[in-house]
Amino acid sequence: MSSTSSSPSSPLHLAVALNGTGWHPASWREPVARPHDLFTAGYWTDLVQEAERGLLDFVTIEDGLGLQSSHFLDPDDRTDQVRGRLDAVLTAARVAPLTRHIGLVPTVIATHTEPFHISKAVATLDYVSTGRAGLRVQITARPNEAAHFGRRTIPRITTYDDPATRDTVAGLFDEAADHVEVVRRLWDSWEDDAEIRDVTTGRFVDRDKLHYIDFHGKHFSVKGPSITPRPPQGQPPVTALAHNTIPYRFVARAADVGYVTPHDPDRARAVIAEIRAEQEAAGRAAEPLHLFADLVVFLDDDPALAAARRDRLDTLAGEEYTSDARIFAGSPTQLADLLEELRAAGLTGFRLRPAVLGHDLPAITRGLVPELQRRDVFRRAYEAGTLRGLLGLPRPANRYAAA
Amino acid sequence: MTKPLKQIHLAAHFPGVNNTTVWSDPRAGSHIEFSSFAHFARTAERAKFDFLFLAEGLRLREQGGKIYDLDVVGRPDTFTVLAALAAVTDRLGLTGTINSTFNEPYEVARQFASLDHLSGGRSAWNVVTSWDAFTGENFRRGGFLPQEERYSRAKEFLATANELFDSWHGDEIVADQATGTFLRDARAGAFVHRGQHFDIHGRFDVPRSPQGRPVIFQAGDSDEGREFAASDADAIFSRYATLEEGQAFYTDVKKRLAKYGRRPEELLILPAATFVLGDTDDEAAELAREVRRRQVSGATALKHLEFVWNRDLSAYDPDGPLPDIDPDPGEEHIARGRAQVRMYRDPVAIAREWRRLAEANHWSIRDLVINTGNRQTFVGSPATVARTIDDFVQADASDGFILVPHITPGGLDEFADKVVPLLQERGVFRTEYEGTTLRDHLGLAHPDRAGETRAAS
Repeated sequence: MSSTSSSPSSPLHLAVALNGTGWHPASWREPVARPHDLFTAGYWTDLVQEAERGLLDFVTIEDGLGLQSSHFLDPDDRTDQVRGRLDAVLTAARVAPLTRHIGLVPTVIATHTEPFHISKAVATLDYVSTGRAGLRVQITARPNEAAHFGRRTIPRITTYDDPATRDTVAGLFDEAADHVEVVRRLWDSWEDDAEIRDVTTGRFVDRDKLHYIDFHGKHFSVKGPSITPRPPQGQPPVTALAHNTIPYRFVARAADVGYVTPHDPDRARAVIAEIRAEQEAAGRAAEPLHLFADLVVFLDDDPALAAARRDRLDTLAGEEYTSDARIFAGSPTQLADLLEELRAAGLTGFRLRPAVLGHDLPAITRGLVPELQRRDVFRRAYEAGTLRGLLGLPRPANRYAAA
Repeated sequence: MTKPLKQIHLAAHFPGVNNTTVWSDPRAGSHIEFSSFAHFARTAERAKFDFLFLAEGLRLREQGGKIYDLDVVGRPDTFTVLAALAAVTDRLGLTGTINSTFNEPYEVARQFASLDHLSGGRSAWNVVTSWDAFTGENFRRGGFLPQEERYSRAKEFLATANELFDSWHGDEIVADQATGTFLRDARAGAFVHRGQHFDIHGRFDVPRSPQGRPVIFQAGDSDEGREFAASDADAIFSRYATLEEGQAFYTDVKKRLAKYGRRPEELLILPAATFVLGDTDDEAAELAREVRRRQVSGATALKHLEFVWNRDLSAYDPDGPLPDIDPDPGEEHIARGRAQVRMYRDPVAIAREWRRLAEANHWSIRDLVINTGNRQTFVGSPATVARTIDDFVQADASDGFILVPHITPGGLDEFADKVVPLLQERGVFRTEYEGTTLRDHLGLAHPDRAGETRAAS
């Protein structure tokens, strides 16, 4: 199998990005929003179960190592938006036993965390969900988040397009690539059949099937093996959001699913071409790599209602909502048209960011999904028991196993 | 004596990576599949236990330069499996062992605060320290911490985490949809900590959780460890489960509390305890002998002797006599990643004593390890075990026990079915959970901000 690409007959993949009460900063003020439940297990369980009713491939859960902020790099002292959140890996684990099919993809921050801890955490999420874990890797260049750890300072980014900024960002993504490499090696540090329970010799494991990973990098060296056996999927899918060349390269080197933000089919084709070229340069041309477009969605059967809802929320927020991703306001039918158009440009799926989770998530599962099913481009039942299976990714061989 | 009956606290330790766990038993299940953890937790909750306990070690053990393969190897990530267990239980406390050396306070505090929210107030943290470069090889900073600084870092780590937990008071989120005010306080979560080990500032991002702070456990036995427990912990996971040793430890630790302005009931003493049940005491004794033989194979016996001898003893016959050579006093220990080897402070004297015991009793190496190693704490019929546990607690040798079954995951079932009802009949163990949080179960106060406490309801 070469790079995963779409053809008119290939199914479309659909994920939803969970973030507080939704992606619009005023979403918490909608009557359906449940802002008082944000820090309860029940709230997150309800959302993921709704996504599972819609047969979605997976949900992602946003996270960070500091409070949300309306500034890109600095904290704010705003009191009119949702602030505070729960750890995404733990939230996913809390939901796992209460769902059966849907993939669970929490955000983890590579910049200040230990790859050893992240590797076993996601492996364990894979165990508690019996093969439905993934992770979404993110970096942070925020000085205030570095100060939460106090182990290093990160050069302050002032303008976006100068060489110093590019160096800083490239350094963080290089570190993230090392992080992912360690996480992946640790998943493979146990061969699948390492546990032997040989009563005759008294050996619980065959230690020849446990492997030191001996990673040495600029930011860390990790010996291994993991304390957690190889997860059910072998390698849970690694995903990342990318907006320009440096992160495109990271996606091409390290990910199974990349999220990109083209606003039209032409731009989608250009982004895909760039990532595929990077993939080839990284020697991964033969490996499957999904590219999903991110879209913010306001969905109502009557398109005028969706537009009006967007206006009303913008008015509540006091400013127009802007996003890195294209913002769509319209009907499920119109959205299905757009998804088909973007898919024809070579995208294999979509990660939808509901503007208001309490409203737009059910609109996806009960409006968009049936529409896509009518068009024969989306599943009518879950066809696989693991997230890799849903994404059409084979279970990979272990890099350390003797061929 | 008009002393009122003490209520016993019971917890369930998921069988670990020591030879206590008999993985070779035909009934033994997976140590990694979630179904095993779920079974174990549900049994503990059915029996109205206070909490489930998970240990942790951040590097696979080695002996003689090779990964130790005779015991269970491998376990899940503590936080992740506890969060999943919160979904299959309603009241059971969830205690995780988390290292203060190879973690950072901001991340650990957000994980415990998240676990406390996601479990409705059932989280607890067993704070352990390590310093060894062996474990450090798996982490960014390597073996950065000198041994003598491990408690100083642990204390400051915990103090810093408490500052983060306390940075939210619990009333900041108003989420008034009409007025558009989400937070009452624009600086919610603000903190500054400047210390020897941590110099951090900013804003904590998890609002105050149901328990305010997780329940704190301490497990170290050194003088420093006991002092840390007396100043900072809510409970001690101890190892003294004989009556005399238990009473001595209990007295020692409880008397240390006064100098920190704490009352004796603010620190619970909960030793680890193993058990073997039978229909009669004789049957249980016979079963216990059989379990010990399964726990100590010939190969395991040799490896355990190596803990003391600190030499490769693989050439010895486990069914033969003890080595007549003396232990190697070298600094570099043959066994790595084990706290246990530090217990043998004078290996030459121990070797001498063991040789004497073996000769007097005509014991082989294996016999010696079986008879001197960790024998089961409670062996007997359910009635005997229930009475022994009750006597032990009423005699102030502990406030309860953390039970360590030897079979995964069903090793607690018989205790739940047969011993717990007898303890309930004696009026010393709850028949229903009275509260919802782990602090409620343990009778601990709920901390308000900055360490002020209010009585548990």
